[in-house]
Amino acid sequence: MSDDTLTIAGRSFGSRLIMGTGGAPSLEVLEQALRLSGTELTTVAMRRINPAARGSVLEVLQRNNIAVLPNTAGCFTAGEAVLTARLAREALGTNWVKLEVVADERTLLPDPIELLDAAETLVDDGFVVLPYTNDDPVLARKLEDVGCAAVMPLGSPIGSGLGIRNPHNFQLIVERAQVPVVLDAGAGTASDAALAMELGCAAVMLATAVTRAQHPALMAEAMRHAVEAGRLAHRAGRIPRRFHAEASSPMAGRAELDPEAPAF
Amino acid sequence: MTPPATPVTATLAIRVNGDPRLVAPGTTLAEVVAELSSAPSGIAAAVNETVVPRGAWSATALAADDRIEILTAVQGG
Repeated sequence: MSDDTLTIAGRSFGSRLIMGTGGAPSLEVLEQALRLSGTELTTVAMRRINPAARGSVLEVLQRNNIAVLPNTAGCFTAGEAVLTARLAREALGTNWVKLEVVADERTLLPDPIELLDAAETLVDDGFVVLPYTNDDPVLARKLEDVGCAAVMPLGSPIGSGLGIRNPHNFQLIVERAQVPVVLDAGAGTASDAALAMELGCAAVMLATAVTRAQHPALMAEAMRHAVEAGRLAHRAGRIPRRFHAEASSPMAGRAELDPEAPAF
Repeated sequence: MTPPATPVTATLAIRVNGDPRLVAPGTTLAEVVAELSSAPSGIAAAVNETVVPRGAWSATALAADDRIEILTAVQGG
């Protein structure tokens, strides 16, 4: 719905699906998936330039009018992440950064101490900081307190496709946050994205679920619909869960019938 | 007495994206970047963990043991 835009740091987006670009088998497949996802904001990583590389992910984003969101993937310390963010700002002309500071390669879980340190430094340096964080309500609050423009808790480890392992924590984060809460990592299929939105997330960020699906373009389209459906359901207000059935048809006014007739 | 030997061309040992390189004294960051890419944007460079803005590349002379990182955006995240 056009009147239900996602707003981060004063900037509005018609789509609530933030895409990543990692994992796609080719730029052609990626471009088709990005188009069908409807995304308006998409992440890239910063790496050493390869003179032999053909094509550029930046060109794909530019010609599809998708805003670029550099990340700090691969950083293990606050220092590495801050320098990577500054290089991205210089290279791409944006002060937005998806801040990732992970603890180890096996889990790729955020290192909360380094993350908070980097977030504070980058906010002070004028960045719009979108941190990839644990699904920890306390850490989410602290990231917001140091000035992050959104918080992006993980549903489950990056690339795992395990969905949202702790929906209750998401509810706790959403309940208190004054900035947008974005599911980041863990979505495996459309229902995961829909659930995130139903829980009150402002947006969903994903890459692997689409780029490594058997049919990336189809999954991109599925994710777009899932995010929209989940958002609508959240706004609509779901019914409370009940242990027992509750009839929706009235009992009053039923016909008086002989339960034994007609005989079958 | 023979005059002290002065090398005709002294060289500086630097590292560019992790690779060892020998360059002539006075070589600038702009020249090193130009060998890797001619793209007018989308590239950033750091010397010894300090970002050097594009506008300062041609005025940045490299010194021995400088570590240069030249990055661009790739698929990720």
